[in-house]
Amino acid sequence: MKRYSTFAIAREALRHHTGWERAWRKATPKKKYDVVIVGAGGHGLATAYYLGKNHGIRNVAILEKGWLGGGNTGRNTTIIRSNYLQDPSAAIYEKARSLYETMSQDLNYNVMFSPRGLLMLAQTHHEVRGYERTAHANALQGVDTQFIGPQKVKELCPIIRLDGPRYPVLGALYQARGGTARHDAVAWGYARACSDMGMDIIQQCEVTGVRSDGGKVRGVSTTLGEIDCDKLGIVVAGHSGVLAEMAGFRLPIESVALQALVSEPIKPAMDVVIMANTVHGYMSQSDKGEMVIGGGTDGYNNYTQRGSFQHIEETVRSLIETFPMLSRLKMLRQWGGIVDVTGDRSPILSKTPLGNCFINCGWGTGGFKAIPGSGWATAEMIAQGEPGPLAAAFGLERFREGRFIDESVAAGVAH
Amino acid sequence: MLILTCPYCGVKAEETELHGGGEAHLTRFGPESSDEAFEGYLFQRENPKGVHFERWRHAQGCGKWFHAARCTVTLEVFGTYSAQTSEPPQNIRDAISAKRPGWTWRSFA
Repeated sequence: MKRYSTFAIAREALRHHTGWERAWRKATPKKKYDVVIVGAGGHGLATAYYLGKNHGIRNVAILEKGWLGGGNTGRNTTIIRSNYLQDPSAAIYEKARSLYETMSQDLNYNVMFSPRGLLMLAQTHHEVRGYERTAHANALQGVDTQFIGPQKVKELCPIIRLDGPRYPVLGALYQARGGTARHDAVAWGYARACSDMGMDIIQQCEVTGVRSDGGKVRGVSTTLGEIDCDKLGIVVAGHSGVLAEMAGFRLPIESVALQALVSEPIKPAMDVVIMANTVHGYMSQSDKGEMVIGGGTDGYNNYTQRGSFQHIEETVRSLIETFPMLSRLKMLRQWGGIVDVTGDRSPILSKTPLGNCFINCGWGTGGFKAIPGSGWATAEMIAQGEPGPLAAAFGLERFREGRFIDESVAAGVAH
Repeated sequence: MLILTCPYCGVKAEETELHGGGEAHLTRFGPESSDEAFEGYLFQRENPKGVHFERWRHAQGCGKWFHAARCTVTLEVFGTYSAQTSEPPQNIRDAISAKRPGWTWRSFA
């Protein structure tokens, strides 16, 4: 792999950009791999990357039914934060956030990580108490957050309206190290690094069946033929239920559509990320100047990747009351992704009833921020056969044992 | 926008008038059941990509609970029916079979 650098740009500028190589190889499937990962989104690619980097397992294939990063990795609102209430969540999300800080150097790929600061608005007294509690919990967990008053909110985000028509801004949970990153670049950067380690990224290859006998996976059937494997990792977000059905077990997961939209580009207006969970909308401004806006999930199971119109209305309404200057903005695009939601709003990183099959799913509405931490923990679990310290609390058995990691109250609904 | 006809009051209600109640026809387990059965009832869900049965409440209308058969991919509605049943009635199954040949009730696991 030729490294990207200032010198590379200068060199290529002098020879009409004829020397750039493909970021990752086009691969055809081999008969057998040590590990097959289903799903070449951020989480799947990060899992493969840390399998190679941390555990030296490089005979790996990553199968993708569509195109790389074309699912939720390319459809989210790119928010990165780790201000969670429960200890296991704070640990894995903070690991992910800290890996984002050095990701561009680590992958030699500019993921445009921008720790611009993130505010979760408290707009009811209940929320004020909740976020004060989270700030205290974060202090104990070593996550740098603080609860700030309304004047400080206004200072950080001058376009905000503090005395909204329904809910005034009473304060905010502020994580100065939170922010955004370029979502596609995260997938592309991991893909390039995986390909460089000799891993095969096979796009347009849909898994149609999981072959197993004696409680162990032998391989997968795909639209490009049979592929054998020693270990299987299922990292397919919204389609986890479909894959689990092929493998013959059930999951405590339901898939719903979550949608987002972006406005036309405008001049810099806001250099923080704002999440307003009571009125239910969240927003940041991209480097191109578009307002990137996220809202609510549909209230029913659905695989349509578009989302319902009433939720756009709800989201836009809440944003206009929080940021009145947005009222005349035109929206450019709207889209949806299929998110896999668990009962306690925490992910599943787990062994499965099949001995050599592992699953990483249930990130629900907030998976992007977790990509590096999730990949790190899943790679460790696949390599060692047992979940490591980051993944241990997120096993499937927590539902049977009543050990929930309840973020549904702490995080509200938006992530 | 999802539109369901309430089988009780006959109103064609759109989704803001309704409240989703999750998967229908769960087998309920309580005290004395095994941990696995109780876990299955409380947490495991079908989550199919295709034909799905759900409980809905006509929250802003007559207020009654009913059942709906729906496709989660196309958002097509196959029919709605009374909540007073533990599995889909024959006319609903026929309506699904007409559009999804080869479909079977609870074919999974």
